[in-house]
Amino acid sequence: MFDLVQTYLNLKIAASDSICSALSPISPELFVNACPRFFDGFFVTIELLLLSSVLGFLIALAVVLARVSPNRFLSIPAHAYIYVFRGTPLLVQLWVLYYGLGSMGAEGLGPLWPFFKEGWWVGLLTLTLNTAAYVAEILRGGIENLPHGQVEAAQACGMTWSQRMRRIIFPQAIRIAWPAYGNEVILLMKASALVSTITVMDLMGQTRTIFSRSYDLSIFLYGAILYLVLAGLLTLGLRLVEARMAIPSFTQAKSSRQP
Amino acid sequence: MNNESVFSLLAFGDTGWGDDLLAGAWITIQLAAVSLVCGLALGLLLAGGRLSPWRPLNWLTNTYIVFIRGTPEFLVLLLVFFGLDLVVHKIASSFGVQSYFEVPKFTAAVAGLSLIFSAYASEVFRGAYLAVPTGQIEAATATGMSPMQVFRRVRLPQMWRFALPGLANLWMVLLKDTSLAAVIALDELLRQAKVASEATLQPLVFYVSAGVIYLVLTAISDLARHRLELGARRGFAR
Repeated sequence: MFDLVQTYLNLKIAASDSICSALSPISPELFVNACPRFFDGFFVTIELLLLSSVLGFLIALAVVLARVSPNRFLSIPAHAYIYVFRGTPLLVQLWVLYYGLGSMGAEGLGPLWPFFKEGWWVGLLTLTLNTAAYVAEILRGGIENLPHGQVEAAQACGMTWSQRMRRIIFPQAIRIAWPAYGNEVILLMKASALVSTITVMDLMGQTRTIFSRSYDLSIFLYGAILYLVLAGLLTLGLRLVEARMAIPSFTQAKSSRQP
Repeated sequence: MNNESVFSLLAFGDTGWGDDLLAGAWITIQLAAVSLVCGLALGLLLAGGRLSPWRPLNWLTNTYIVFIRGTPEFLVLLLVFFGLDLVVHKIASSFGVQSYFEVPKFTAAVAGLSLIFSAYASEVFRGAYLAVPTGQIEAATATGMSPMQVFRRVRLPQMWRFALPGLANLWMVLLKDTSLAAVIALDELLRQAKVASEATLQPLVFYVSAGVIYLVLTAISDLARHRLELGARRGFAR
């Protein structure tokens, strides 16, 4: 485990070094000097993004199952969770968890204190909870857009609830919801810049630090270009997954329904 | 902490912070409303650019939209905030004047938020423009209407119905994005909560209160959206 972490850290440094030295002949001096810092932040943003989108998706699955369940004790709390996280700004959520809960200190939080002390962990937690609410709503759209006849047919075949979910509903809902999910991942990437307000040195945090030393506006443009590169990579990856998942007849049936 | 102290913290007047939070909420509403108007106007222009047959304009607006959609709102806001001052100073010094003028924070925040809003709004407008069935446009042209008349009489009245759900969504996003202005120290809701929590050392109370006020604002917007959609859809069976 420790070896794995060490290998990853070494890889990160090697990647950052080789990209920076490759870019140095063609880029202005300001960027060359700041390059290692930029890529340090770049990787922090990627780590937060990957972890929170995967964890958020898993939580969203649980939340959406509760949300569409006929049991009110499940659906009402799930609805409330989605409503609160979608109805308040992410910045407020971050500050409530980091500065608000964090203010309770070691005596108030007990064993949780080491977790809430670290901006990175609170950032990961908040991004995860936030994106889970949005993804749950996207998945609900996918589930509720399925023709009801399919569910009835599956019931008539004697499938249990979990079989219906696993075999009939989910495989279709995920394909319907994928484009909207891709959008949400890009929005999450952009939203992750806010963790820089709770002391995390992600790409935005590094950009702000470098800027505060030079007061040169082009620093923000370099940061923006790196975010654009990340957005491009994500879009590409999401399209690959979409193509991999595509079922020819299914997509055709879907597009023929559109005007 | 007991309940009484929470009430006295959120009380109105000189001792509590309730009135300061509400004053902040009022600035939040103003900020969102002004940005909405500017963003809609700019968004219409951008949509015109995207739909225009002239290639360079097309390319320019596309680049702008890709830039905004791929860059964090926070970064755009800071870029505009620091950039506007710089532009003013550059212009002043090109006239040989040393400028000490600072762009007001409210103006900078409106500029940043409406630039972001307009990029997304232009996509909604473009979609709404293309959603009007071609048959109607052909029919209108066949009855002898000029392109301007077709746009004013046939397209525009229907675009509203197609654009409304998308715009309502963007309004919610905009309302929440106004909280970013707290970072450039504009005295809106979240900034007031920050000031209050630094003065009283009770961040949990004030940030949660700010969150509740944002939730009320989005809930009201949601109701308004519902009413407007019913109005825009009248005459169309669903």
